[in-house]
Amino acid sequence: MALLVAGKDLRVERRSRVLLWQVVPFGVMALLLSGLALGPNEAGHSSAAPGLFYLVIVLVALLIINRSHAIETTAGTRASVATLGLDPAGVFLGKAAALAIELWLTALVLLAGSVVVLHTALHGTLAAVPSIVVTLGAIATAGTLYGALTSDANAAATLLPVLSLPAFAPLLIAGERSFTSALHGGALLEWWIISVVALAVYLALGILLYGVLEES
Amino acid sequence: MAGGFPLLSGVDLELSSSSLTVLVGANGAGKTSLLRLLAGLIGLSAGEGSVLGLDLATVDRRQLRRRVGWLGHEGSFYDDLTVAENLTFAAKALGRPLDTLATVLDRVDLIGRRDTVAKQLSAGQRRRLGLAWLLLRRPELWLLDEPYASLDDDGRTFFDALLGEVVEHGATVVVSAHDPLRSAQLRPRSLLMSGGRIVGES
Repeated sequence: MALLVAGKDLRVERRSRVLLWQVVPFGVMALLLSGLALGPNEAGHSSAAPGLFYLVIVLVALLIINRSHAIETTAGTRASVATLGLDPAGVFLGKAAALAIELWLTALVLLAGSVVVLHTALHGTLAAVPSIVVTLGAIATAGTLYGALTSDANAAATLLPVLSLPAFAPLLIAGERSFTSALHGGALLEWWIISVVALAVYLALGILLYGVLEES
Repeated sequence: MAGGFPLLSGVDLELSSSSLTVLVGANGAGKTSLLRLLAGLIGLSAGEGSVLGLDLATVDRRQLRRRVGWLGHEGSFYDDLTVAENLTFAAKALGRPLDTLATVLDRVDLIGRRDTVAKQLSAGQRRRLGLAWLLLRRPELWLLDEPYASLDDDGRTFFDALLGEVVEHGATVVVSAHDPLRSAQLRPRSLLMSGGRIVGES
């Protein structure tokens, strides 16, 4: 079921090209503007690169999460899909997996941009990839839960950031710290473990609660 | 309930199997709410009722929804998927063999449109795609929310023929509409709704 839902979400995304032509360009522009905001001297050897990377990632994630749930709440679709009797845990895992893949693909572009624009060291950036993969996975699972919570609200696009940013905050801190450690040395593993634990917790919560959130 | 007011009240309704019932009424009469209640999409806040032998007050609504089919007038599928991709998704979710797709597409006359993206279909073709979802499932109870809206005469005739066939095969069909059906093929039971109540029958 999870594979079916993930495949459907990714196919919808590929067909609509919103990720390719809107979300990724938005992320790249946000990263470029961040580099400009730091000024030419700072951007060249900035220790702010990991923080800027995760700041842009969270903006992009909010767009993707909203979109991931918007395709389910189109008039008529929700009712028809509800009568298919899909397993809620499978739907959660599938949507979270699709979201994670979209975030990973976006992150690839942003990391390349970070190396070019913010001059982050290539070997340090590569060393940070495993922690980025896990942190973005955790953001995807948490985002899928919060997306389901807010998708029916009148102002879902603004309610989602208000509710989800506090949940994302520890993940962003852990991600930023492990990225910084990969670049400049330091306790990478400890911060990475926080992301791993968060991923496990949000996976468990999603499997248990997604059906309840859908019904509410 | 919506805004503190009941969506439906005093509704006393019994539906027999292998029948076609039309809920007729203006916007806000309660037709869609009644259909959504029967589909298990909303719960019963007071009163009692059962659908397909399941008590609405106590049933796990997911269990009920698996046995009903829903077709909304807006569409019932993913707009960015093709006709074939939509049906493949539904078939896989339901565990139906994929070789039934060609039969279903042929039945709703969409075989030539199988690779068309759903949002590019005309209103009539979109309604046929919705019917294809239902034909794949063959539910016991078909709930169709204003299926005739923006259909031309050919579309209506097609719809009537298919609904007649479905009823003949034993399904219960409930349709909402603004006006009574003017069908030469079907002899439905018409219930007039107003203000969340059934106020007449013909």
